[in-house]
Amino acid sequence: MNDPSRPSGRLQRLAETGRPPLDFHFDGQPLSGLEGDSVLTAILTSRPDLRAAEFGPGRRTGFCLMGACQDCWIWQENGPRLRACSTTLRAGMRLLSEPPAEWPDSAP
Amino acid sequence: MTRVLIVGAGPAGIRAAQTLAAAGLRPTVVDEANRAGGQIYRRPPQSFIRPPRALYGSEAGKATGLHRLFDDLLARDQIVHHPQSSVLGLSDGVAQVLGPDGVSALPYDRLIIATGATDRLAPVPGWEMPGVYSLGAAQIALKAQGVALGRRIVLAGSGPLLTLVAAQLLDAGAGVAAVLDTAPLSAQLRGGLTMATARPGVSLRGLALRARLGRLYHAGVTLDAIEGDPTTGPAAIRWRSARGRARTTPCDSVALGWHLRSETALAELAGAHLDWSPKWNQWLPASDDEGRAGPGLYLAGDGLSILGADGAEIAGRLAARACLADLGLLTDPAAQTRDLRTLGRMRRFAAGIARAFPWPAQMIRALPDDTVLCRCEGITSGELRATLPLSGPEANRAKSLSRIGMGRCQGRYCQVAGAEIMAAACDAQPAQMGRLRAQPPVRPAPLHALGRSDDSLNSRKPG
Repeated sequence: MNDPSRPSGRLQRLAETGRPPLDFHFDGQPLSGLEGDSVLTAILTSRPDLRAAEFGPGRRTGFCLMGACQDCWIWQENGPRLRACSTTLRAGMRLLSEPPAEWPDSAP
Repeated sequence: MTRVLIVGAGPAGIRAAQTLAAAGLRPTVVDEANRAGGQIYRRPPQSFIRPPRALYGSEAGKATGLHRLFDDLLARDQIVHHPQSSVLGLSDGVAQVLGPDGVSALPYDRLIIATGATDRLAPVPGWEMPGVYSLGAAQIALKAQGVALGRRIVLAGSGPLLTLVAAQLLDAGAGVAAVLDTAPLSAQLRGGLTMATARPGVSLRGLALRARLGRLYHAGVTLDAIEGDPTTGPAAIRWRSARGRARTTPCDSVALGWHLRSETALAELAGAHLDWSPKWNQWLPASDDEGRAGPGLYLAGDGLSILGADGAEIAGRLAARACLADLGLLTDPAAQTRDLRTLGRMRRFAAGIARAFPWPAQMIRALPDDTVLCRCEGITSGELRATLPLSGPEANRAKSLSRIGMGRCQGRYCQVAGAEIMAAACDAQPAQMGRLRAQPPVRPAPLHALGRSDDSLNSRKPG
């Protein structure tokens, strides 16, 4: 469960740690990833999960990491949903584990 | 010029593109990744610094060779590349392609599909928890991102990838708690003999990797359950050894996979015929030896036949030369004959793999009713079994009633096991359960993007 008072990452960095940091927000909290991280990597190196399961009580962390299972779709404060495993982190992203109040976005 | 569309830029797609470009065509390559290479030779982002040897081990030369080849084709403007793009559907010689800027319609005259494979999954009680991943995910995390999926990882399942990923993780300094192989040693010996006869070098390298796992590796296990909490993830995995001894291994992450499942959805939408393969325990497209699967339709790589990366390179060339021959363009019949002969050796090796690392049918048939079968929507094997008196032994009817195969992964990770559970309940074989029909879009797409696509198609073909 996402508990901002006790954040802990699930993924462990083993290599490629000398890349420049990129700041972003997840559920309003400032977090930092590294240039070249996927959104999934950037979140899960600081947090234990990405979102709630739609069916059942659990949390979700992605599954296949190759764009096939669609488990890792999350929301942005502004803009379309994104697949965390196949989206590269950009500085300043404002990501959400839950849909924003106005979702679904009906923009054409 | 004839418009050839290649779907997928792994080993098969890259070799197909090279072969067509050498004959003077300018194929279009659509691929989901940022950078070409496919999954097994997946390239990390440009800013990463680990040398190829650290990423691809003994296959580093092949991987970098393919990457360079693709980059050269692109630099010389011999191909058109649409990265970060998914083909959603195919109809009447037009591919609907979802890219960073939305959906567009891409017309083609000939189609080469090289969509590869995903992990073939079997449910284990508790596999719906956060922190449980596919084996492929464990490898991609390490290769493309330099991360491990947890502090204490259990790798479980069977197939060549199990040993390979475990050795790669150990080399990188990850915490591997156990490597649990459901294939009995007796099966591995039988299959291994065939493998060693067909490709002795590759088989030896596999044995050397296995030796490095030491006491972490256990053959012939039965997986009982992943213990843990649905909100925080695994705490341990319960399993039984080949001798039947109950064991519990503490862990915070589990990666599962039973070799591969061909990604056949686009081939099916393009009109390929699929047959049940008892050897691979899945539905595979039918083609001739060179990959012809229908008028103007060619298949190559693991999406046609699970031969691995070396086989995929050959199959990519074969399919492209078949396409060129059908167009009446000059080809190299001697090279085609040579490649066909080598592919035969790859097929014998693959048959050994299939025998060595069998699909765990009995384990799946014995799954308790409360085991989640569909990870997407949390539907249990008991719910599927309860559907059968109404649906009868037919996968698509059972899907309509139980929603097994209807979730966001479109059945990629539940349909093989679902067929096994249905077959057990009906005292039949999985082949008799039928096959889940592929449905476009084969990837999720925003509705407004699809709306735009319809407009562009309508304006192209009025009426």
